[in-house]
Amino acid sequence: MAALTPISRTPVSFYLPVTAAAGAFAGLLVGTSQGAPWAGVLYGAGLMALISLILTRVLPSEKAGRWTLVALFLIGGYAMAGFPGAVVGGLFGWFFGWFTFWLYEGRYRARLAPYLTPFQVLWHFSFRVICGAIFVFLITPILVVMPLSFNAENFFTFTPEMLRFDPAGYSLKHYRDFLTNSVWQDALRNSVMIAPAATFLSVSFGTLAAIGLSQPHVPFRRAIMAMLISPMIVPLIISAAGMYFFYSRIGLQGTYLGVVLAHAALGIPFVIITVTATLVGFDRSLTRAAANMGANPVTTFFRVQMPLIMPGVISGALFAFITSFDEVVVVLFVGSAGQKTLPWQMFTGLREQISPTILAVATILVAISIVLLTVVELLRRRSERLRGMSPG
Amino acid sequence: MTLTKTILATTALTFAAGFATAQEMSNDMTLVSWGGAYQKSQDLAYLKPYLEMHPEVSATWDSSSNEAVAKLRAMNEAGNVTWDVVDVVASDAIRLCDEGLAMEIDPDTMLAAAPDGTSAAEDFGDLLVSDCFIPQIVYSTTVGYRTDLVGDTPPDDICDIFDLEAYPGKRSLEKRPINTMEWALLCDGVAKDEVYDVLGTSEGQERALAKLDTIKDQVVWWSAGADTPQLLADGEVVMGSTYNGRLFSVIEEQKQPVAMLWDAQVFDLDGWIIPAGLPEDRLARALDFIMFATDTQRLADQAKYISYGPARASSAPLVGKHAELGIEMGPHMPTDPANAKNTFLYNYEFWADYRDDIDAKFQAWLAK
Repeated sequence: MAALTPISRTPVSFYLPVTAAAGAFAGLLVGTSQGAPWAGVLYGAGLMALISLILTRVLPSEKAGRWTLVALFLIGGYAMAGFPGAVVGGLFGWFFGWFTFWLYEGRYRARLAPYLTPFQVLWHFSFRVICGAIFVFLITPILVVMPLSFNAENFFTFTPEMLRFDPAGYSLKHYRDFLTNSVWQDALRNSVMIAPAATFLSVSFGTLAAIGLSQPHVPFRRAIMAMLISPMIVPLIISAAGMYFFYSRIGLQGTYLGVVLAHAALGIPFVIITVTATLVGFDRSLTRAAANMGANPVTTFFRVQMPLIMPGVISGALFAFITSFDEVVVVLFVGSAGQKTLPWQMFTGLREQISPTILAVATILVAISIVLLTVVELLRRRSERLRGMSPG
Repeated sequence: MTLTKTILATTALTFAAGFATAQEMSNDMTLVSWGGAYQKSQDLAYLKPYLEMHPEVSATWDSSSNEAVAKLRAMNEAGNVTWDVVDVVASDAIRLCDEGLAMEIDPDTMLAAAPDGTSAAEDFGDLLVSDCFIPQIVYSTTVGYRTDLVGDTPPDDICDIFDLEAYPGKRSLEKRPINTMEWALLCDGVAKDEVYDVLGTSEGQERALAKLDTIKDQVVWWSAGADTPQLLADGEVVMGSTYNGRLFSVIEEQKQPVAMLWDAQVFDLDGWIIPAGLPEDRLARALDFIMFATDTQRLADQAKYISYGPARASSAPLVGKHAELGIEMGPHMPTDPANAKNTFLYNYEFWADYRDDIDAKFQAWLAK
């Protein structure tokens, strides 16, 4: 993006406090890891104020100053915590070098509209920092799990070997355990059998219900709708206990059919909600036109309505699938040991034996989810492009 | 028409088959246990050999022992008991027996006699703590510590848990009053045989909690047996209590820098119960399995895979080496004389009477 605003150097009274505040925050992180958070804040703020002064006032060239800073932090990090410390230190050094000059040279202002007030500029960047923080908050637990799944030990622990990036600290044995252990394989097979069946039922019933409920002449629409989406609102444990006693009486408890039906009931609300949302934008005159041209309702549904509401159906199906694939409470009640699914196995595994095999499974599932969501998104964009809905 | 006929015929056949085998044994069996290494040891020592003798049987493990009492209650209420043999700790067996959810066992007709002819009742001896309970193992709750975090004088006394000066750092204790309160009283100067008398009074309970107060902010509370091994391996805690088999696994199998102290280890029992009201054929199968799985040799075999002591007196001399590590298992048994120098006897009747009351106090104290 081209620069929108001419930039000029900023006064010390501006960039010094800001870099000091950033330094205080970084100091808080480092200090906490060393067991002295408040000392970290003080040292971080002081150090960064000093560094930014030296960089801007003493050293002649920006490039030399920034490289020196990276080198210094690299060495400092290494002295504090060895090789991983050096990596973190180097990143800190690079960031603070960039950050100081970004503020000092006024570069932060370049790409914003010239008429913005200082508060609007502040909000512009605060907003991005907050979004970034939320992202980190959501993603970090998943990212931490991934390297741990390659642990050579049988514990959820970053061993000293792992932190030194010593190959001996890493191993694929937990993946091997998942792929060869019959307990995990049975669980995987059950999940793979149950989830698609439940998804198919949810999508069929959910789509039909959504279409029916979007007809204006259906009586008690709101009441029926509320009832159908209640599995999403009622606490899961209550649905599960209710299903357990009901299914026990009619002989469905502990059968595949029982688990599939229970999961379908949990998935239906998602399909109804997503399909109803797409139906809002659906032009009813199209079905009338189709009928006018002699198509019966079934043909109209499959040839006209279905292709247009497909995105809603697919995302509903995705939610229904994930609901069944991730579900642990209901299956604990409605299933018996013969229908043990992956989440169930992970749940008992976590309680009885904290084994990184669970992390290996989690990593595989995360990878599958990412692939699945990417494929669906790509397909959706492709179909939109083909239909000329977006310039793509 | 044909379809209806086929269905009718199949149904009739199924019924006929059902009646024909009603007096025999069911070929499906669901066993309930604790998962992990313990369930694996049972699988290898009991179930595998049993299935070799009876290839027609298909067995499923359900790792639900943790919630066995609640689930059996629900199953009973729903009239749909799907479990055949259930592994529970002694106190749960007593509760299930009192509520009529477990079947009463006659040791002399339903359990195998020892090889030398000693009756099962005599062979199990005092460990038959309930009419419904068939003991398998003696385990103990004891304390493990990080050898590299305790300095030059490793702890050797249970009261070292309460010594924050000699052993600074976090320690992990079980998030329930059982064992924890007894240890607190022992370390507050109560004599071993008076612990339950003192704990029965509300001053005694206050006293135990006051002792625990001295270390409360340094305690990580655990609820699953796997927690303390994980915390020790992490170095998150300096010492912590857990089951002796877990510590054996951390020390000998996972080679972590951990050692254990057996001082004031609290013995407890684990064993089978058979749910009440099983249909004839499933009951016959469950009894047949139990008869086999709790005989002298099978109980001794289990000790090859996990360091818990067999519940039969006649099994003790047969305990051999670990199946994979090849180390002698005898010295790792909680019942070994060298380890059992100072043991603490867990009082089932006391906890059956006081559990709800003390539990409530303990949880309230935790939340403070």
